[in-house]
Amino acid sequence: MTNPRKQWQEAFDASPIRHDKFQTMSGIPLEPIYGPEGGEFPGVYPYTRGPYASMYRSKLWTMRLFAGFGTAIDTNQRFKDILQSGGDGLSTAFDMPTLMGLDSDDPMSLGEVGRCGVAIDTLADMRDLFADIDLGGITTSMTINSPAAVLLAMFVVQAENAGVPRVKLGGTLQNDILKEYQAQKEFVFPPRQSMRLVRDTVAFTAAEMPRWNSISISGYHIREAGSTAAEELAFTLANGFAYVELARQAGLPVDAFAPRLSFFFNAHIDFFEEIAKYRAARRIWARWLSQRYGATSERSMQLRFHTQTAGVSLTAQQPEVNIVRTAIEALASVLGGTQSLHTNSMDEALALPTERSARIALRTQQVIAHETNVTHVADPLGGSYYVEALTDQIEQMAEEIFAKIDEMGGGSMLEGCIVGIDENWFQGRIADSAYELERAFNRGERTIVGVSKFLEGNDEDQMETLRITHADEQKQRQRLASVKQDRNDSAVLDALDRLAKDAVDPEVNLMPALIDASQVYATVGEMMNTMAGVFGRHIEVPTI
Amino acid sequence: MSTSDNQSLRVLVAKVGLDGHDRGVKVVARLLRDAGIEVIYTGLFQTPETVAAAAVDEDVDVVGLSMLSGAHMTLAPLVVQAIRARGADIPVVIGGIVPNHDLEELKAAGIAEILGPGAPASEVVEAVRRAAAGTSKV
Repeated sequence: MTNPRKQWQEAFDASPIRHDKFQTMSGIPLEPIYGPEGGEFPGVYPYTRGPYASMYRSKLWTMRLFAGFGTAIDTNQRFKDILQSGGDGLSTAFDMPTLMGLDSDDPMSLGEVGRCGVAIDTLADMRDLFADIDLGGITTSMTINSPAAVLLAMFVVQAENAGVPRVKLGGTLQNDILKEYQAQKEFVFPPRQSMRLVRDTVAFTAAEMPRWNSISISGYHIREAGSTAAEELAFTLANGFAYVELARQAGLPVDAFAPRLSFFFNAHIDFFEEIAKYRAARRIWARWLSQRYGATSERSMQLRFHTQTAGVSLTAQQPEVNIVRTAIEALASVLGGTQSLHTNSMDEALALPTERSARIALRTQQVIAHETNVTHVADPLGGSYYVEALTDQIEQMAEEIFAKIDEMGGGSMLEGCIVGIDENWFQGRIADSAYELERAFNRGERTIVGVSKFLEGNDEDQMETLRITHADEQKQRQRLASVKQDRNDSAVLDALDRLAKDAVDPEVNLMPALIDASQVYATVGEMMNTMAGVFGRHIEVPTI
Repeated sequence: MSTSDNQSLRVLVAKVGLDGHDRGVKVVARLLRDAGIEVIYTGLFQTPETVAAAAVDEDVDVVGLSMLSGAHMTLAPLVVQAIRARGADIPVVIGGIVPNHDLEELKAAGIAEILGPGAPASEVVEAVRRAAAGTSKV
């Protein structure tokens, strides 16, 4: 084993460096990393201090703002605003019907169309969504899970119709179905059938889309649903191990797909615990991938993650104070070495953000990136007795949870995750933690500024928020009706027939059939219903 | 019925529409139970019809809707109408993300109480009691 510092130095020397003066305001020159000779270094296994040797000296994190509302035309305009204001990646929020694989004219979609994301029914909407945006020149993230394979198919067809071949497409599909059953609850098919679709997307992107991240393994929603930081970390990484086992079962070598797995964590308000969580996450992933799953490629072991500040930490009272909360949370994620960041807008405890509040959220990241100099030195809190001890403790708590899941699965993390979902184990733990936190608030043990204390100013008029009207829903339904009128119905029926046939054989990859169906304007709902006819639907037993 | 006595209160808490975020509804269900109120939870993805049917069948005193996806303006009034269409007069309380500019219209549509984010347990219990007693402000 070579000396870690030497390994780091070699990797650092080989990295491109941004044009910047790496010094303090008073002119003290700064090293790219500080620490003892025999200690841990960024870019060196187990990557506790960062996945890359040069971290933000090479490249700042991607300022990726999540956006989507109303019709595809509305959201396309917001996307263009984001790119013009200096955002450098897109992230698509879909509305509830799309997330649930329903069309805008489905009776269950009433009142939900375009409300908390953009409505996508067919390829025609996908075309409007990305009109005049060069999909080969930016990276695009799509927050979609149950119908992830369907939306990926539509995205590939839209890009190729616009002249960008799939090999050039960079971006991320959330595609993390396990956490849907555990936390966010936007599920359609039963868990095992859903995992077949995940396998199909992983295999398809590994073979045909080398720049695409096939799964964004997400702790964000687990935390928002009420888990602790340690549970967020442990459940998320356990889900990650489950996807690794799934792809290995499908015959993919670990180093063929693991480099395209990425993570998505929450940045909550407990500043140091969050930083420790990110550090522990990298160390655990590297160790498990190398020791348990036999990865040999560095890229497979380097955990990379996106962060979003905590929606649940925002208050409806005195919403401007949310800018401060978001800034602190964003700083934690940067000190923890995030690769990409979404900052919430101050008005999000009230509604979807206005253009103005979304711009302030982006500016918050820009202040951290360009004014504070925190980007000069990798893992600036590494070596702090406190942060190192917290990192070790969170790692230990996570290992205890992994042991329990492994036991539930009889030595398989994949089985453990599915059994844990079937037995309501994850859901129950998350609900218990949420309840405990709420009780602490009710007992007066947790202070929330503007809610439990410091209430002066709460009676001021509420700020103006974005309004989405029923007219938008009507517009989208009319749009769908006209697409259905113009398309070739027999081509749609043929494509759906083939999809149903392919779905019956678990060995067949469904992506080609989904791409063909998207091309002839089959709707999201039609493709999902066709698959549900074969897979069945998941129903959760209600528990309090 | 005596409204100062939580023991005799029955509440149906419901998720109507497509929003799967169930943290709030579960926490509120437990807090109401802690206050001695009997709670029934519908589970996810209910329609106004299924909620109204459950409310009448279970003979509850109050229906609580947890709404976070922005569909409250469409779905909450439909729940009130569906309950009334069954000849019942069970008050409906909403908790969740409801901007101030929607409050008046929701009240006019027959919603008894609206609880915003951050409402402490005591306030939730009080709102349910007022709704059950018919002493909510119009």
